[in-house]
Amino acid sequence: MAGLLNWFAQIAAITRFGLMSIPQRRGAVAATVFGIAGVVAVLVGVLSIAAGFRRAMAASGAADSVIVLRSGSDSEMVSGFGREETRVIADTPGVARNAQGPLASAELFVIINLAKRSTGTDANVPLRGVEAAALPVRDNVKFTDGRMFTWGRNEVVVGAGAAHEFAGLEVGSTIKVGRESWPVVGIFSAGGGIAESEIWSDAKVLQAAYNRGDSFQSVYARLNSAGAFQEFKDALTSNPRLNVKVVRQSDYYAEQSQTITRLITTLGVLIAGLMAVGAVFGALNTMYSAVAARTREIATLRALGFGGGAVVVALMIESLVLALMGGAVGAVAAYVAFDNFRAATMNWQSFSQVTFAFAVTPQLLVQGVVWATVIGLLGGLLPAIRAARLPIAAALREL
Amino acid sequence: MSNPTNSGEPLVRVDGVEKVFHRGAEEIHILAQLHLEVPAGEFLALMGPSGSGKSTLLNLIGGLDRPTKGTVTIAGERVDQLSDRQLAAWRARHIGFVFQLYNLMPVLTAERNVELPLLLTHLSRAERKKHVETALAMVGLSHRAKHFPRTLSGGEQQRVGIARGIVTDPTLLLCDEPTGDLDRKAGDEILNLLQALNREHGKTIIMVTHDPHASARASRTVYLNKGQLSNVPVA
Ligand SMILES: Nc1ncnc2c1ncn2[C@@H]1O[C@H](COP(=O)(O)OP(=O)(O)OP(=O)(O)O)[C@@H](O)[C@H]1O
Ligand SMILES: [Mg+2]
Repeated sequence: MAGLLNWFAQIAAITRFGLMSIPQRRGAVAATVFGIAGVVAVLVGVLSIAAGFRRAMAASGAADSVIVLRSGSDSEMVSGFGREETRVIADTPGVARNAQGPLASAELFVIINLAKRSTGTDANVPLRGVEAAALPVRDNVKFTDGRMFTWGRNEVVVGAGAAHEFAGLEVGSTIKVGRESWPVVGIFSAGGGIAESEIWSDAKVLQAAYNRGDSFQSVYARLNSAGAFQEFKDALTSNPRLNVKVVRQSDYYAEQSQTITRLITTLGVLIAGLMAVGAVFGALNTMYSAVAARTREIATLRALGFGGGAVVVALMIESLVLALMGGAVGAVAAYVAFDNFRAATMNWQSFSQVTFAFAVTPQLLVQGVVWATVIGLLGGLLPAIRAARLPIAAALREL
Repeated sequence: MSNPTNSGEPLVRVDGVEKVFHRGAEEIHILAQLHLEVPAGEFLALMGPSGSGKSTLLNLIGGLDRPTKGTVTIAGERVDQLSDRQLAAWRARHIGFVFQLYNLMPVLTAERNVELPLLLTHLSRAERKKHVETALAMVGLSHRAKHFPRTLSGGEQQRVGIARGIVTDPTLLLCDEPTGDLDRKAGDEILNLLQALNREHGKTIIMVTHDPHASARASRTVYLNKGQLSNVPVA
């Protein structure tokens, strides 16, 4: 017991020398700290893109909401229904109802080109035609400006994300749809979900404008409960008049976001990984020079009876402290720079832009700190072992 | 701790010691069949030409290195047979070192430097403080306790070094050219101090020196030359 306390006292004393001598080595120390900060900032920053995207997609789908597509289609783009089919789907048992009828909205989907505010270049924006049930189906839609479009009129409402990302989407401005100009009459939020990246109009009006006849691409429906999914699905798939695929909205968006979040995560880890290799060498270098500069001090302490193990642990702690300082700086920088940073990206399933906010989540911050810790331990280990292995007599000869 | 005086056994016994260093493929033989006995209470001066192996011998006695051959017995304990870990603990308990260049920690005050070896004991903070005060008083530096090494003269730094060397009341005080970097006056003060520690406090001291003036203060002087010790200087 006394031995253990004694050992801690040794470690504490050696660690204190190391930390107290930092001001004399501030150049190398600062380089190491900022190197590690860079790794953590890049890691957390890039992964916050994936986290934000995933969050936006997850916010798009409630558990009791479903999307019905034509069997064999992976996205709305390639799906298609006639009016009659959408009626049958809406009347299927399990679909919630209100006074106006079933909570099912048959929708279609076209892509229009708009100029991005940031670059001025054109990008694809989804223009969705919806039915009256679209609002109760997606119960998180709220108008932040203007009003809902009037049914039967050539008007559109714009998701807050799209309004932020693209020029000319304020209430009162107009957008070009085909050869016509349609006024923007409202801006809506949708809990950060993917609907915020879209422009909506009356499905009937959109069908006419794009010569779609009376066809749709999907049915969005709200069920009585999340538990009603199986009943609803069975009823639809066993109906010989239909050939459909039923997915929960949450699953649908999770699947859509998978490709891109995986890509971003891989990229982020790769870049941060390369930087981390550099940071490890930076830490190695700093700690090797720390050991070299203190060879005589360490040898003296060893001569007085301080243990080799205590030297190793103390130098590892020193390296870890530097790394964690770097990690903290990097995490704070990433948080300040990236959290809630709004961006738009391509949704590869719909080939249109999704807007979302970067999310620097607590998990990402923890992950950054873990990386910093590993860098610190890797960078400190070899120098610490070298310091402990110094032949004392020989080291004392060095001036 | 075994009592070194009750058996007639000398405190330090170096027997048949050889030391070979390797420099690349080259073998450097430093000590050859060397014998040395130091009774408790002696103040021994170790002289010899540069490179003769004085520091090497002192390091073997102080458990900083192991002989290639032969035995080193201190207070009845075979030091050459201890593991690195055991040696570290043994040094902490039995040996006080005084270095030519003082080897103080620049980031610590005088009293903190003196306290260092006490961190390796079971003493409480209050007890450590008392020991430090006593040691600093013995070297006449109580008024400089809170000063950092760089603000002290060479002689004062060496006195802090001696205080650090004696603060644990070690069995043996080993000094490698303690006055080698000091002027005559400061050196004399250090020698006075070592002499007083030996005479008044019964400290056993082995001191390596080049200076006949310093060795004159010792109770005995031995000369190392060509790997062997003798009681007379070699011409
Ligand atoms: N660790 C080592 N590796 C190789 N050679 C060494 C080592 N330590 C000492 N030597 C060599 O052993 C010889 C004796 O060295 P030592 O330091 O013991 O001499 P010294 O008598 O103390 O000399 P000085 O009076 O100059 O201090 C020297 O030639 C030195 O170069
Ligand atoms: Mg020497």
